[in-house]
Amino acid sequence: MQSINLAEHSVRQLNQLLHDQYHHFDQPQWQVSATSGQHNIACGLNQKLEVNIDGHVGYFCAGMNQLAHVTVHGNAGQGVAENMMSGTVHVKGDASSAAGATAHGGLLIIDGNTGARCGISMKGCDIVVKGNVGHMSCFMAQAGTLVVCGDAGEALGDSLYETVIYVKGKVQSLGADCVEKPLTKKHLMQLKKLLKSADTEEDPSQFKRYGSARQLYNFKVDNAY
Amino acid sequence: MCGIVGLYLKNQSLENQLGSMFAPMLEAMTGRGPDSAGFAIYGDQVFDGSTKITLRHPDLEYDWDTLAHRAQTHLAVSVTFMRNHHAAVFKVATDAQTASGYFATHAPEVALLSAGQSIEILKAVGLPAEISSDFNLTSMQGSHIIGHTRMATESAVTLEGSHPFSTGQDLCLVHNGSFSNHNRLRTELAYHGYQMQTENDTEVAAGYLTWRMDQGDTLDQSLQHALQDLDGFYTLAIGTKNGFAVIRDPIACKPAVLAETDDYVAMASEYQALTSLVNIEHARIWEPEPATIYSWQRDSQQG
Repeated sequence: MQSINLAEHSVRQLNQLLHDQYHHFDQPQWQVSATSGQHNIACGLNQKLEVNIDGHVGYFCAGMNQLAHVTVHGNAGQGVAENMMSGTVHVKGDASSAAGATAHGGLLIIDGNTGARCGISMKGCDIVVKGNVGHMSCFMAQAGTLVVCGDAGEALGDSLYETVIYVKGKVQSLGADCVEKPLTKKHLMQLKKLLKSADTEEDPSQFKRYGSARQLYNFKVDNAY
Repeated sequence: MCGIVGLYLKNQSLENQLGSMFAPMLEAMTGRGPDSAGFAIYGDQVFDGSTKITLRHPDLEYDWDTLAHRAQTHLAVSVTFMRNHHAAVFKVATDAQTASGYFATHAPEVALLSAGQSIEILKAVGLPAEISSDFNLTSMQGSHIIGHTRMATESAVTLEGSHPFSTGQDLCLVHNGSFSNHNRLRTELAYHGYQMQTENDTEVAAGYLTWRMDQGDTLDQSLQHALQDLDGFYTLAIGTKNGFAVIRDPIACKPAVLAETDDYVAMASEYQALTSLVNIEHARIWEPEPATIYSWQRDSQQG
């Protein structure tokens, strides 16, 4: 296992070492310490690495992730796993705003709460938040799934496209064009699988499903160029 | 982009360490604001009826002795001062209006940065580390302190544009963000008799809180009104003689992190600025909610 202390190495050096594994894959396990809330830790990975980060991280941690499994043993700043393509990012503490923003694939697990705009404009990833999410989560979210085991803040799913949202707790308010929908067997199966992948004991039947009423955007083929 | 930081001591035995705890916080925000920096520190309070005034002159050789002597003769009250780099903190044994009025009229060459019983504002153009060193921040004592590192986007890098701004006695705020209705508010404040010194939007927010508190609002009430009347993106840290508060706008675009232990409350734009604090690994750390007032008052805490 490789251990990198960020009091002795720059984030740029760390990321370069992790990126080098794309061409020469010989070190699957990495341990990162002394993070001190620095930004851009473990960004742009593209290999089946297991990266364990001890401490709080700043903005965009594990952004653009592909294939790697990144665990943050602490809190994460804005935009954790933003634009993730595949792999897994697991935050053991809380995450700030825009967690999983624009992410196309992979799984983001937050053990604590997130700030505002969790999953904003997400395009296909799965996000499981064991605590609460802040206001305007899933704003303009296009595909993928957000699971919230706690409560959701104001304007959940505002201007939503085709992301599916499951919330167990209270929803302070739904955003424009976001509505509650029936929890069918198919959805229960999907939710059960997601909760299992995030290692939670939550009962899927306790959740409600929310999705787009499809009144704000148009599927008509006539509108395609 | 700018950086803001604040530190409020709950444990009075740490007051002699306030500056040394705070200096690394300010310097950690250099990346967010390398153009100018400043801070408002509260402590070394003067008695009722006396006033503390922070003055600044660009010339490091400025003759503060003569100015103090002239003020003492004219006002016929005790005037003492402590020089600190290109600023000087005057203690004048009279009310704030008389003291400020004297310097405004008879010493137009000096700029008045703050007035009150507790507050001192020190600020300059340059890197936060240089400013911290020039003012010997690490040796300063007090009960609470708020600071700002500026990355200028809307106006020039000048001392006049440096934060923080104070518009009322012992009141100061630092701000990350922008106000979209500052021009109208400036006009309204002028109508109520509050003239702003600069074109800066942050000064208008400080002026707004001054006006509300002059109307009888408590700190929390003034911030409730601010949430209704200030339009824009902002995270604010506010200091008063006995209090410290943090608010974010309802959209909460501008970052903020709060940390609290039995000994202190610390606020910063980014967690990076909190890592140097003692016991931070055991602090309660959270992101302040949008449109929510977080405040701590020394009196209520003691009472």
